[in-house]
Amino acid sequence: MEQTLHQKEIRRDNPVARKILHIVIYIVLTALALFTLIPFVWMLSSSLKLDREVFAYPMKWIPETIRWENYALIWQKVPLLTYFKNTAFIAIVVTFLQTLTSSFAAYAFAKLEFRGRDTLFLCYIATIAVPWQAYMLPQFIMMRSMGLYDTLWAMVVLQAFSAFGVFLMRQFYRSIPTELCEAARLDGLSEYGIWARIMLPLSKAAIATLVIFTFVSTWNDYMGPMIYLTRDANKTIQVGLRRFIQENSSDYHLIMAASLCSLLPVSIVFLCLQKYFIEGIATSGLKG
Amino acid sequence: MSRAEKKRTLIAYSFLAPNFLGFAIFTLVPVVCAIALSFFEWNGGDISRLKFVGFDNYATIFNVKKVSQNGLAYFFNRVDLGISLKNTIFYTLITVPLTIVCALALALLLNKIRGAVAYRTIFFFPYVASMVAICVCWSFMLMKDGPINQFIQAIGIPFNKSWTADSAMAIWAIILVSVWRNMGYYMVIYLAALQGVPRELLEAATVDGAGKWKQFIHVTLPQLRPTTFFVSIMMIISCFKIYDVVAIMTDGGPGRSTKMLVTYIYDEAFVKIRYGQASAISMILLVIVLVITIIQFRSEKKFSSD
Repeated sequence: MEQTLHQKEIRRDNPVARKILHIVIYIVLTALALFTLIPFVWMLSSSLKLDREVFAYPMKWIPETIRWENYALIWQKVPLLTYFKNTAFIAIVVTFLQTLTSSFAAYAFAKLEFRGRDTLFLCYIATIAVPWQAYMLPQFIMMRSMGLYDTLWAMVVLQAFSAFGVFLMRQFYRSIPTELCEAARLDGLSEYGIWARIMLPLSKAAIATLVIFTFVSTWNDYMGPMIYLTRDANKTIQVGLRRFIQENSSDYHLIMAASLCSLLPVSIVFLCLQKYFIEGIATSGLKG
Repeated sequence: MSRAEKKRTLIAYSFLAPNFLGFAIFTLVPVVCAIALSFFEWNGGDISRLKFVGFDNYATIFNVKKVSQNGLAYFFNRVDLGISLKNTIFYTLITVPLTIVCALALALLLNKIRGAVAYRTIFFFPYVASMVAICVCWSFMLMKDGPINQFIQAIGIPFNKSWTADSAMAIWAIILVSVWRNMGYYMVIYLAALQGVPRELLEAATVDGAGKWKQFIHVTLPQLRPTTFFVSIMMIISCFKIYDVVAIMTDGGPGRSTKMLVTYIYDEAFVKIRYGQASAISMILLVIVLVITIIQFRSEKKFSSD
């Protein structure tokens, strides 16, 4: 009995077997990673071809002549720059407002005592569970009557005050010891002072998470702009790209070039802040 | 209320006000209105044309008259609501387990390996890539002469139709894109959960002579149960809200083969301008999502008391 156990341990600790296992894992992972990236590689490859080369048989990953000029052409075909500017405007304003008002409100929910606090917070939580698609219509009717239809501000107010932000920040603030606030109060700091000088600096990680969540989901939002923005001058990159696809449906190479361009800004933001993004998901597990 | 208490409350309200005003106007009010609107008839235009109709909108979307004559099969095969419910449920039932298997497999492979961060970034990337770009890319790749069909023909499967134009395959195209896009997201959650599996348990299993597979089945998987439950609930809810992929890839077609609940709401609300009926369908979505959320709340209590 003892001997077999011993043998088993030897087998498991066998450095050669372990190395082989590791190599196999790396091969499998690399294959899966390639599979995951195929659409992006295909996008890049197609964007550098002629339209009729895109579906040629057999398929070529590297085009015979690489046509960088496709990337110059797309800017003339549609006002891509306008789309980019609109999206950037919405994403930046929403992210700023969301982060500021959420952390402000979250401070009250986490560290202040007042009547009706728990009821109000329950209201916030309950609406997180309500799907936006269930109330988008009355919201739309209301916004239209306010004269916000087909304006960029519609997209801003639509997304800037979500309950999700308040929830995320409150959870984080609750992990900061209340004694810290009490000590500051004794030192004569006002509540606003405590928020600005103690809570904000301590919650950098939570803020980074909220910023990247909000930025990415606003940048990628499709249904909102689809409903609200009709004039070309107001379109975001998502609906603008969609228009481009519908109007030039057989310019496969140009569609792929424009698609790739639309991915770039958010990819850069993601790669820079991915640590916060991934940690935020791992700890909260919540969707933006 | 004492003066000090009054002052404290005022300060608290001043913290809440900026967010709460926006939240109340643009979320709370519409939520309440949505419930009310489902009992009215209104085809846009002036608000004076709003007419109270009781449960008529619900009777219309369920097509009560025809369904009571022809039975449930009629509902799921002919009525818009039945078809979109059937499609959404089918999509959910396939997508959720597939995504969980992929996410868990990726997480297990990445767990405790050098260079995990680079792989993690790659698997996660589709999740942040914008929908329009990836969906149009996938529709091209799934076209008649696209690379996917070239590949499956090369391995001997004689399929040469455009996936999104084929009423049997269209929903599979949507499932494929959904799984591919979301597996990285749930992988991250599983990776975090794997850190929480106690080492002692795994070591004890090894000492008892359990191989890697047995260790996984008898130790890791049971330890991950709360995570799997949480992930399933989140995914079911987001599956019921599916819109973007469908709108971009198939627009609910061909025919009604990929018509989903939200696609149906969108059509009634913004294409056919039947506000009352659109709101009634919204309420169906709301009830489904709330029921799932309540199940989650109940079970989370159970998990935490265990």
